[in-house]
Amino acid sequence: MAGNLLKVNDLVLHFRTTKGVVQAVDGVTFDMNRNEALAVIGESGCGKTSLVRAILRLLPKNVHTYTGNVFLNGVDTMKYSEERFRSEMRWVSMSLVAQAAMNALNPVLRVGDQVAEPLVVHQGLRKPEALAQASEVFRLVGVSEDFLGRYAFELSGGMRQRAIIAMALITKPDLVVLDEPTSALDMLTQANIMNVLKSIKRELEQSFIFITHDVATTSELCDRGAVMYAGQIAELGNSQQFYLDPYHPYAQKLMASVPTLHEKKELEFIPGQPPSLISPPTGCRFAARCHRRFEMCDQEPPLFELDDGRFVKCWLYK
Amino acid sequence: MQDRDQPLLAVQDLRTWFELRRWVFARAGYVKAVDGVTFELPRGEALALVGESGSGKTSLARTVLGLYKPTSGDVVFEGMPLSQLKKGQMRAYRADLGYVQQDPYGALPPFLSLRSILAEPLKVHRIRDKNEQDQRINEVLEEVKLTPVSDFIQKFPHMLSGGQQQRAVIARAMILRPKLIAADEPVSMLDASVRIEILKLLRRVQEAHNLAVIYITHDLSTVRYFSERIFIMYAARTVEKAPTESLLEYHFHPYTQALLAAIPDPDPKNAETFRDVPAGEPPSLVNPPPGCRFHPRCPHAIEGLCEVEQSPTFEPQPEHYVECWLYRDEKRVEEGE
Repeated sequence: MAGNLLKVNDLVLHFRTTKGVVQAVDGVTFDMNRNEALAVIGESGCGKTSLVRAILRLLPKNVHTYTGNVFLNGVDTMKYSEERFRSEMRWVSMSLVAQAAMNALNPVLRVGDQVAEPLVVHQGLRKPEALAQASEVFRLVGVSEDFLGRYAFELSGGMRQRAIIAMALITKPDLVVLDEPTSALDMLTQANIMNVLKSIKRELEQSFIFITHDVATTSELCDRGAVMYAGQIAELGNSQQFYLDPYHPYAQKLMASVPTLHEKKELEFIPGQPPSLISPPTGCRFAARCHRRFEMCDQEPPLFELDDGRFVKCWLYK
Repeated sequence: MQDRDQPLLAVQDLRTWFELRRWVFARAGYVKAVDGVTFELPRGEALALVGESGSGKTSLARTVLGLYKPTSGDVVFEGMPLSQLKKGQMRAYRADLGYVQQDPYGALPPFLSLRSILAEPLKVHRIRDKNEQDQRINEVLEEVKLTPVSDFIQKFPHMLSGGQQQRAVIARAMILRPKLIAADEPVSMLDASVRIEILKLLRRVQEAHNLAVIYITHDLSTVRYFSERIFIMYAARTVEKAPTESLLEYHFHPYTQALLAAIPDPDPKNAETFRDVPAGEPPSLVNPPPGCRFHPRCPHAIEGLCEVEQSPTFEPQPEHYVECWLYRDEKRVEEGE
C-alpha cells in the first residue's frame, strides 16, 4: 500500500490501572493515502477510541507503554517533543471531531468565536481574519454565517455537530479523525451530516479516519475499512472487500449482524464477549468465539497481506 | 361484550400535554407531546413505534404505562379505562406491564445484587413467600439465559456485560408475568453484535408468553425482524400505521419515504452519491405548524390544503393507514382501526 499520507507502524498504547495494565492498542499497523476515508469499526472495548488517542497523542496520565511510529507525510510524529506536537500537529495537521462533541461547545462563547479559536491559538491569526475563515468553513458545512454570532443553545443538534466539524477543518489539516460523529443524532440529521462530510471530501480532497461501531453509516463515506478486535486490527481492505466480502471470521459475523432495511437477510449474532484487555489471551484473541478455529489458533497470527491488497490477521489465510 | 374479542390495549384520540411553567418573559403554553393518537394492540403482537427525538414516541409509551396522565382521550386496558382506576387498581395494572429502557446500567441499582433487584417487584406486589420468590426468580433467569442461576443471583450490575445487564432488565420486567412489555430503545446502547441476541430474546419471550410488545426505536433497520406492525410518529402524531411488510414495501407518507431513503445499508456504493434529505427540522411541539405538521418540509405539499387543514386518516391498502392529503381519493377512515 502506498500510504502517502499516514503510516502507522506497530502502535502500542497501554494504560496502567489499579486492576492491571490495559493493553488498549496492541500493535496496530495500517496506512492511508491522501483523499481517502478509512473506517475503523469495532465494538466497545476493542480499543478504537484509544487508537484515536494514540494517533493524536491525547494521553491521560496513566500511560504505561506508548511506542511505535506514526508517519504523517513521511515524518515520524512520535519523535516530536510535546511542544512541537502541540504547535505543529494537533489541530494543525491532524484534528479531531470527538464523540458527543456537539455537547462540548462552550455555552458562554459565540459559536463563531469558538470555531475560529484554533486559528487564533495555533496560527496566531487576528480575530477578524479568523472569523472570516470561520465564515468560509461554515459555508462548507452548510451552516448560514448568521449563526456565527449565536450561542450553542440556539443551534439544533445537527447544526452543532456541523459547527464542530467546521472547527476541525478550519486549520486545513491533512487528516481529520471523527470519533462516532453521528451516534447521538437522529436518522435524518445523520444523513445530512454524512452528506456534508461527502461534499467536504470532494471539495477539499480531505482525508478522514472514521471511527465507529455503526457499520452501515461508514459505507456512506469510506474508501477502505478496518475492523478492530481486542486492541488489534483483524482485517483491513477496500470498501468492496470490507462490506461485501470480509475474510476474517469476526468481520464476517459482524457484517452478518448488521440489520439491513432494504435487503432481507438472516441475522446472526456472536455469542460470548470480547476478551479483557488487561489479560488478553495468548494466541488469536478471537479464537474462543470463532466458528472456524483450529490448532494453529493457539498462536497469535500475524497480519497477512493478501494478493488482492487486503490484510487479514487470521491463520486461515496464511 | 366478550373479553376474548377485545384487544388488550386500546388508545383513543390520546393527547398528553405538558404545561410550560410561566416565565417572566415568555407566555405559558403546552408542550403537546402526544396529540391525537388512536390504535389497538392485541395480545401476541409486537408494535414498533418509530420516530426521531421529539416525535412523541416515549411520551406515548409512558402514558400507556400510566406514568403520565393523559390530557384528553383514554388508555383502555382489557376494557377498563385507566382514568377510572383507583389507586389500588392502578398498582395491579402496573403488574401487568413490563418496562425495558435504553440504558441497562442506569436501570439497575448498583448496590443491589441481582437477586435483590429481581425480588423487589415481587415485594412491592406483596409476594413475600421466599419459596415463591425463588421460584419466580429462577424462572425468569432461565428464560433470559443468565445461567447458572446460582452464579448470577449473587452478582452486582457492574459485574455484568451490557448484554447481560439488559437481560437482567428483561428478567425484571418479566417477573410479575406481565401481559404487555414496553421496550424503549432496548438495544441502542449495546454493541452491534449483541443487539440481535437481545432482540431475539425479546421475541422468544413474547412468543412464549403471548405478550403484547410496544417496541420504541429510531432504528428502522431492526424493526422488520421484530414487529408485526409499524407506526411512524412525527410531531406527536402517528402519520402512518401499517403491517411491517406493507410499510416497507409501500411507504405512503412523504416523511416515511424520507426516513427510509435516509437509512443506509452497508453498501460501498453509498459513498458515490448524496442522499436526498428533506430540509429543515421537526417542528416545535409547543407551536406546531397549522394543518399538516410535515408540510413545511414536504416535497409534495399541496398548496391551499396541507398548510390549512390536518389530514384525516386514509386507508390506501387494507390495514395500512396514512394521515396525508395525497391519498384523499382513497377510503377515508374515521376513528383509526
